[in-house]
Amino acid sequence: MGRRVGLQTVEIESKPRIIGTYNIVGPKEGQGPLREYFDKILDDDLNGTESFEKAESSLLYTAISESIKKAKLKEVDINYLLAGDLLNQLSSSCFAARDLNIPFIGLYGACSTMAESLSVGSMIMEGGLAHYVVAATSSHFSSAERQFRLPLEMGSQRAPTAQWTVTGAGAMVLGKKGDFPYVTHVTTGKVKDYGIVDVNNMGVAMAPAAVDTIKQHFMDTGRKPSDYDVIATGDLGIIGREFTEKLLLEYKYDMKGHYIDCGEKIFDPKRQGTNAGGSGCGCSAVVATGYLFKNMLQGKFKRILLVSTGALLSSTSSLQGETIPGIAHAVSIEFGGE
Amino acid sequence: MNNYIMAFVVGGIICVIGQILMDTTKLTPARILVVFVTAGVILGALNVYDVVIEYGKAGGSIPLPGFGYSLAKSVMKEVDEFGLIGAFTGGIKGTAGGITAAIFFGYIMALIFNPKTKE
Repeated sequence: MGRRVGLQTVEIESKPRIIGTYNIVGPKEGQGPLREYFDKILDDDLNGTESFEKAESSLLYTAISESIKKAKLKEVDINYLLAGDLLNQLSSSCFAARDLNIPFIGLYGACSTMAESLSVGSMIMEGGLAHYVVAATSSHFSSAERQFRLPLEMGSQRAPTAQWTVTGAGAMVLGKKGDFPYVTHVTTGKVKDYGIVDVNNMGVAMAPAAVDTIKQHFMDTGRKPSDYDVIATGDLGIIGREFTEKLLLEYKYDMKGHYIDCGEKIFDPKRQGTNAGGSGCGCSAVVATGYLFKNMLQGKFKRILLVSTGALLSSTSSLQGETIPGIAHAVSIEFGGE
Repeated sequence: MNNYIMAFVVGGIICVIGQILMDTTKLTPARILVVFVTAGVILGALNVYDVVIEYGKAGGSIPLPGFGYSLAKSVMKEVDEFGLIGAFTGGIKGTAGGITAAIFFGYIMALIFNPKTKE
C-alpha cells in the first residue's frame, strides 16, 4: 500500500502504468514545434460540429475512446473516468461522458486537470479499487475565449501578456500490468493567491502555486531538480516560467537544464503570434501525452515531474475584481531507469 | 478632397487615442467605449466637439465620441422645445437612426456570418 511522505506527497507503491494515451489537437497546435508528437491534428477546429463547445466535447470523446482502444480495452473495462475542462459545469466532459459507458467523476482544477485527474486516478489504483482508470481533459481556444474573455464576434485585441488557450484533448489509461511508464509520487498542491487581478497575466498568477508545489515535492521526497530529466509546468508561459525559475532559485533549487513549460513549448510565439505561450487544460494534457510520454517510451526521459498549473478564477469573480487563485499538482512518472 | 483628408486624419487621431489606451492601460474595451461616448457627451455639451466635427466631418461624427456628441446636442434641442422632459426623450430621439442601424446591421451580419477562431 502507498504511504504518505512529508506534508503533501503520496508514494504510489503499486506503480500504476500508463498503458495507453491519445491526444488530438487543433490546426494551430498542429503547426507548432511539437507537431510530430500528436496522434491526430484537425484541419477544422469545429471538428465537423456546429459550435466550438460541441467541438471541444468531441475532441475529449475522441481522446478518451481512442486511448481505450490503444490500451486494447473496451469501455466496460474502465472502472472510472476522471475528467474535467474549463467550461461552466464541466460541460465538455459531461457531454463527452454522456456517450461513454463508463462511471464518471468530474474534476475541476482549471488547467491543472491533467495532473489532478492522473493524481486521483493513481490513488484509486493504489487503493486497489479499480482495474483500469482513464484520466482526461480538454480545452478549446474559442470556447474558452467566449467564456473567460470576450465573444469572438467582437474581434477584440489581445494583450501582449495574454496566453493562447490550446485547442486539444488528452487522455491516459491507467492499468496494473505491462512495460509502460508508471506513476511513483503524487504531490497535491495548495491554493495560492498572490493578489494578481489581471486575467491577461495568468502565468504570473499561477507561478507561486507552481513554486510551492515543486518546492514541497522536493522537500517531501528528498529529491532535487537534477533527479528529473524534465520538470514540466503546465501553462505558465514564458513570463510565468521565468518567474517560477527565479523564485525556486531563492529556495536554492536550481532548475536550469531540467525545466520546461508546456505552454512555452507548444507554440512558436514569433511565428504563431501566441504572445506569452499556450494555456488551458489541453495544454499540459497534449504535451504530457505527446512530447513527454512518447520521449519516455523511447527512453529519452527516464523520470519526469508533470506539474499542471491552474488559475482558479471564474468569469464572474474576475468581473467583480477578485484576485486569481492558482493551484498546481505534481505527478512523478518513471520508466526504464532505476 | 480636403474633407476626405481631414476626415481621415481626425478619425485616425481618435482611433490612435483608443489604441494607446488599449496598449498602455488595463482598461477593458467596454470601458474605453464608455469613456469615449461620455467624453463626446461632455465635449458636445460644452460646444468643444463642434470644432472637431466642423474640421473632421464624418471623421468626427462616426467614431464613438460622435455618438456622445449627438446625444448631448439632441437633448439640448429637445429641452429647448419641450422643457425638462426633453432630457429624457431627446437623446434617444436624436440618435434613433444610429441605434436602429446598429441593431439591424448587427442582426444581418449575425445571420450571414459565423464566428471563427482567431488567427
